[in-house]
Amino acid sequence: MSLLSVEDLVVRHGLLQAVRGVSFSVERGETLALVGANGAGKTTLLRAIAGAHQAASGRVIFDGADLSGVPSHERVRKGIALVPEGRRLFVQMTVEENLLLGRTAGRPGDWSVERVLETFPNLKPRRHAKAGHLSGGEQQATAIGRALMSNPDLLLLDEVSLGLSPLVVDRVYASLRGLISSGTTIILVEQDLNRALSVSSKVICMLEGRVALAGDSKNVSRDEVTKAYFGLHRKAAGGVPA
Amino acid sequence: MTNQIVQGILLGGYYALIACGLSFMFSVMRIINLAHGSLAVLSAFALWLLASRFHIPPFLGLAIVLPLMAVIGWALQRFLLERSARGGALLPILTTFGLAIVIDNVLFEQFGADTRSLAPFIGSLSYDSWEWPGSLYVGKLAVIIFVTAVVLLGGLQLFLTRTGLGRSIRATSEDPDTAGLVGVDARRANAIAAAIAMVTVGLAGAFLGMRATFDPYAGATQLLFAFEAAVIGGVGSLWGTLIGGIVLALAQTLGATVHPQGFLIGGHIAFLIVLFIRLYTSGLGLGGLLRLSTGKAS
Repeated sequence: MSLLSVEDLVVRHGLLQAVRGVSFSVERGETLALVGANGAGKTTLLRAIAGAHQAASGRVIFDGADLSGVPSHERVRKGIALVPEGRRLFVQMTVEENLLLGRTAGRPGDWSVERVLETFPNLKPRRHAKAGHLSGGEQQATAIGRALMSNPDLLLLDEVSLGLSPLVVDRVYASLRGLISSGTTIILVEQDLNRALSVSSKVICMLEGRVALAGDSKNVSRDEVTKAYFGLHRKAAGGVPA
Repeated sequence: MTNQIVQGILLGGYYALIACGLSFMFSVMRIINLAHGSLAVLSAFALWLLASRFHIPPFLGLAIVLPLMAVIGWALQRFLLERSARGGALLPILTTFGLAIVIDNVLFEQFGADTRSLAPFIGSLSYDSWEWPGSLYVGKLAVIIFVTAVVLLGGLQLFLTRTGLGRSIRATSEDPDTAGLVGVDARRANAIAAAIAMVTVGLAGAFLGMRATFDPYAGATQLLFAFEAAVIGGVGSLWGTLIGGIVLALAQTLGATVHPQGFLIGGHIAFLIVLFIRLYTSGLGLGGLLRLSTGKAS
């Protein structure tokens, strides 16, 4: 049984249909890269899985349970954690307080404040600093750490490299590789194709709310993804081959 | 003058107590609760009822009334304020305004227009005082109210910063959508915050009844004092609320020394000065303030 199955999902923003009948599945331990141009529906899809957007139709099945109508805080309890675009930290709170908030769901697991600080050593001296006073890289590390503190079965990462210097992105991705090798299941939304393909086992390229290309990262060439990215290579929307 | 300052500071404790719930609800739920004063008076009437009909002293009656106020706060948030908040920022203000009218008139219907007090039920505490050096006489009840305010504000501060539930409430107040994404049930956090706010209102109502008289329509005045103290201290800042209460009380005390009817005027002037400074320093500038006052768009 797949950890996550998205079945014919449709999500609307008012009159705009941002996600149009998307279907795919993710197995435990896999890393799925979700790529596509701005406005392709990646973030909306991720937020719909996390429960931040309600689906107009279709289903999200997580660990065998249909999540239709389940609010976002309940989805965190079930094991889904989202690192939102723009980090969305609680800027009036310290790094430690932001991390401790991730424990609200009360899921059992190994993640603790100490472990997050070991995973992201740049946060250690900033433990008691207000999140609003952190650099972009420190904020991103805090946002990822906060999500990990809920001991998720599925980690959703939205544009983790956005607005960061290449050096900081390297550090963030080094930490991500550590998480991936530890068996964490991840869906990663990323604009940087090379980075996305380098860490993922599967890739989905979205175009205008639909799946334009889906396949194993090893078998899909950068050229194919680029064509799908710009709409030059259209593939009928459907499930990702297991 | 020293006497006036000491009395003003102690009175500030009461204002901080009544402003605390108003400030807390606004900072967490962004709701200006215009029924705040009426709910305090409701608590005072509940304690008076317990004392006069069932011979339960007010301090013991708090053990019944405060949990009841918490339930009222929880229910208000879940069934009234949460729903009205979906209709925009103005609707909760109108809803609480309506609620205040309902509470006032139900109290009038049940208890009539007579003024009442809890003072007869607390023995000599309402008029007992300590003599401090310099021939200063300080009311025991005033000191109890001030200490209660400090303990309550300190306790709330500790609760918000040191407990998981407190952090959840702060997260909800800062960004309810993201709070949900980290596992916080924003509805529950808001309902608990409303319950806490109502407990502080209940306590303020009890002290209102002990230190003065009240009637079914006394809520509006208490709301005004709470609003002024909260704005002076900075809405959302717990210790700021205490400072706001003290500044308001000192201004009122100073006003009373200038003119027999200057008690309220002194407080209003302090409130307006602070409000003007806050608006001026908020980036509006003098031009913006003038445009606001004349209603002309920039």
